[in-house]
Amino acid sequence: MSRRSAFLRGVSLLLVMSGVYCTAGAEDWGEYAVDGRRSGYTYAAAETRAMQDDEFENSGFIWVEKGAELWDTALGSGGESCAGCHGDATESMRGVGARYPVLAPERGKLINVEQRINQCLSERMNVAPWDWESEPLLAMTTYVKHQSHGMPVSPVVDGDAEPFFDAGKEFYEKRRGQLDMACIHCHERNHGNMLRAQKLSQGMSNGFPTYRLKWQTLGSLHRRIIGCNRDVRSEPYPAGSDEYVNLELYLAWRARGLPVETPSVRN
Amino acid sequence: MDKPRVKVPKKVKKGEPFEVKALVSHKMESGQRKDEASGEKIPRMIINQFECSLDGEVVFSAKLYPAISANPYLSFYVVAEKSGELSFSWTDDSGDTATASSKFVVQ
Repeated sequence: MSRRSAFLRGVSLLLVMSGVYCTAGAEDWGEYAVDGRRSGYTYAAAETRAMQDDEFENSGFIWVEKGAELWDTALGSGGESCAGCHGDATESMRGVGARYPVLAPERGKLINVEQRINQCLSERMNVAPWDWESEPLLAMTTYVKHQSHGMPVSPVVDGDAEPFFDAGKEFYEKRRGQLDMACIHCHERNHGNMLRAQKLSQGMSNGFPTYRLKWQTLGSLHRRIIGCNRDVRSEPYPAGSDEYVNLELYLAWRARGLPVETPSVRN
Repeated sequence: MDKPRVKVPKKVKKGEPFEVKALVSHKMESGQRKDEASGEKIPRMIINQFECSLDGEVVFSAKLYPAISANPYLSFYVVAEKSGELSFSWTDDSGDTATASSKFVVQ
């Protein structure tokens, strides 16, 4: 064989390989990708996706079950339970996880699911609100959001909510910390690339609270954002701060149309 | 320990292996971490023993070590010649035990 034909054969082999690569890159992710917006599910390893898909194997369901128990438990000082007012959560809470955070006119700002649960506890049941990231608050939030499983994320971002949406967008695009990085640098310009041992995703919020293998437990969206802020060496805001709830609305808009996956499994 | 979750088929075929799944909620503290605030070592607290018995006879058992993840999930296969009941037990370092059981019918 002449040197030239060997070269050509090498080139055609490369072309074939790149063809295979392109096909793999354009994988059909079904409901997990909408107009180029991809759920973190599509960046997770096959084993992690299998773990999420199996209700038994998905450890996040431990919190769904705990939340279901809490829902029927008398928590209030007068023996009130969540079910006492809201009845069957599978009906009354359906859709909540897809549209929150929402504007709370009585507060003049946004409110997310965790805060709404705590508002019920302190204002209607006369008991102390649950700490952020505590077992009962995670369980109840996961249970409530799980009722919207599979529904497309569809927050309201216009009208009175617009200034809060704009604040969230500004946070998302603003450089911060010693590394002087904004959310967009990883999640819009570099998704799919590796950040040390981790594959960067688009930073979609549709699966939260998520069972994170690195954490060995389930955690809230705000815990994840605090981690991101620390990673760029900035001082994080407290969980439940206005800054993060505004950001939560912007993240929900970024994830619009993607299915609610709560509880998802991520590495 | 919280209530464990087990999955056993209701009906199985005689002499054919069937899959059994078992998951329990446990933090599986490895004993190698320190409390960030105080600097004190967090003592080891893991499930160290799992057993599955078929009508009283142990058919599967496992020793668990500190590298096993939180909320350990085990799946394995069992063969049965007649209908019976599988009982499960998890024991942790404090001696605390969680149990579960599930009946199945051989066809």
